[in-house]
Amino acid sequence: MKLTKLSPKILTLLALALLVIIAPMFFPSSFYYRIGALIFINGLAVIGLVILVGYAGQISLGHAGFVGIGAYSCALAPEHLGISPVLAVFLGAFLSGLLAWLVGRPILRLRGHYLAVATLGFGILIYMVLSNEAQWTGGPDGMAVQATGLKALLKSMGFKVSASEMWYWIAAVVMMIGALIALNLHTSPTGRALRSLHDSEVAAGTVGVNVANYKLSAFVISAIYTSVSGSELALMNRFISPDVAGFLHSVELLTMTVLGGAATVFGAVIGAAILTSLPQVLTVLHDFEHIVLGLIMMLVMIFMREGLVPSLAKILRRRPK
Amino acid sequence: MLLVEDLWSRYGRIEVLHGINLEVKAGEVVAVVGANGAGKTTLLRCLSGVQPMAAGTITFRGSNITRVPAHRRLGLGLAQSPEGRQIFTNLSVEENLRLGAYLYKDARVEKDMEEAFTLFPILKTKRNLNAGDLSGGQQQMLAIGRALMGRPHCLLLDEPSMGLAPILVDQILDVVKNLRSYGVTALLVEQNAFAALSIADRGYVMEIGKITMSGPAQELIADERVREAYLGI
Repeated sequence: MKLTKLSPKILTLLALALLVIIAPMFFPSSFYYRIGALIFINGLAVIGLVILVGYAGQISLGHAGFVGIGAYSCALAPEHLGISPVLAVFLGAFLSGLLAWLVGRPILRLRGHYLAVATLGFGILIYMVLSNEAQWTGGPDGMAVQATGLKALLKSMGFKVSASEMWYWIAAVVMMIGALIALNLHTSPTGRALRSLHDSEVAAGTVGVNVANYKLSAFVISAIYTSVSGSELALMNRFISPDVAGFLHSVELLTMTVLGGAATVFGAVIGAAILTSLPQVLTVLHDFEHIVLGLIMMLVMIFMREGLVPSLAKILRRRPK
Repeated sequence: MLLVEDLWSRYGRIEVLHGINLEVKAGEVVAVVGANGAGKTTLLRCLSGVQPMAAGTITFRGSNITRVPAHRRLGLGLAQSPEGRQIFTNLSVEENLRLGAYLYKDARVEKDMEEAFTLFPILKTKRNLNAGDLSGGQQQMLAIGRALMGRPHCLLLDEPSMGLAPILVDQILDVVKNLRSYGVTALLVEQNAFAALSIADRGYVMEIGKITMSGPAQELIADERVREAYLGI
């Protein structure tokens, strides 16, 4: 096969670009643009988790907390600080990174289930703050988010696009940038050091890798990815509620990561695509929707333990011989 | 090169090392032999900095490194090939070697890699394979190759013969024996006392956390007590 001569990095980027460009040709209505945008937004968060879970081998059950920070930054900062919603994305990313750095120092000394429980606690804490500080956040009812003004800007330039269409392309571009960074990281010396943690922290230490620092940087980077995805979600929906920071969303993101294949960027997007679109597709099954969803997840984990993309790639590679 | 004085260490409340004294001179191959549970691995873990010490000092090339954290010790020239090999199974053979040279970014990395491939030609043919797909012997070669990529003055080897076929044990130990021609001093810890002592210059015998005997390796092999206890002769 000629394709294998291209590096996995280029291959992944090409595949993602194709997916982004071709998919709209099959969209019967603008509703599908919205689903597409949601997939790319989740995809971005999951790529962040790939860096943490797939590369560095650490686990987090609280990453939705960073989604919440990103989302509420875009809701609160324009209202109280008067900065533009687009700038608030960067503010949210900065806050998430900073918080991840502060929390990560003590938390990342833990391993396995202990780390899982500590991050779980962190996520719940953020959720509690968001739903209890009602005078700021509107509490469990959520709050409205100011318009970005992007659509009006496009309109003044003579482009007439629906909001869903616009967000489809924005989310796609942001995700592609995220994918590019993650893929570059994979093959860089820093990425190698990160991946060495996954296999053996002791050995990583013996070759001179500063284990604590690398774990922390993976945590911070993934927090920033997740925060940006939360911001996009808030800006697209023009409304935000604490549920995005909830435990279920953390689990959802982690499930997407593992389902697609925790160690690959392409798997991240596929995992996000399946778990975002499947519930929409499965609504035809009415009451059985969740049963089928659960069943699919179990079957993938039993028969494709490395996740969908790596397992399928292995099968394809084996066939020609 | 390496001087250990009155080293004590414990796991929780259980004391494992009771005052170890040991010296490795430049250019030597030194073997520490002893039964399972004697504390050999703990000793190496202290030397590489991943095991806290209760008391004692470690001097390496004239400076006190007792409090230097693990990831800094390689930079000073003290490399380790850890117990159970601990290679990075999800990375390729080449990536493993490159990680060994993690501290360096110069052209010598490529030269060192060629040297590692000369030392273990099998690694070259498998350079793009996942390290997890290698056999036990090849993984051990990779672990040693990776440690050498760090340009050590002194290499600590923990049970390099563990779980290997006799022919591979000979091959690996042959490499260890010849390390000095690369300017590397070696301290190896082994249960396989006969194999280790036959390639070493000097040896130490360890029993439940203490050094009970030491001397030139040939003398230890010839010693009645050692032969009886460890060599099964």
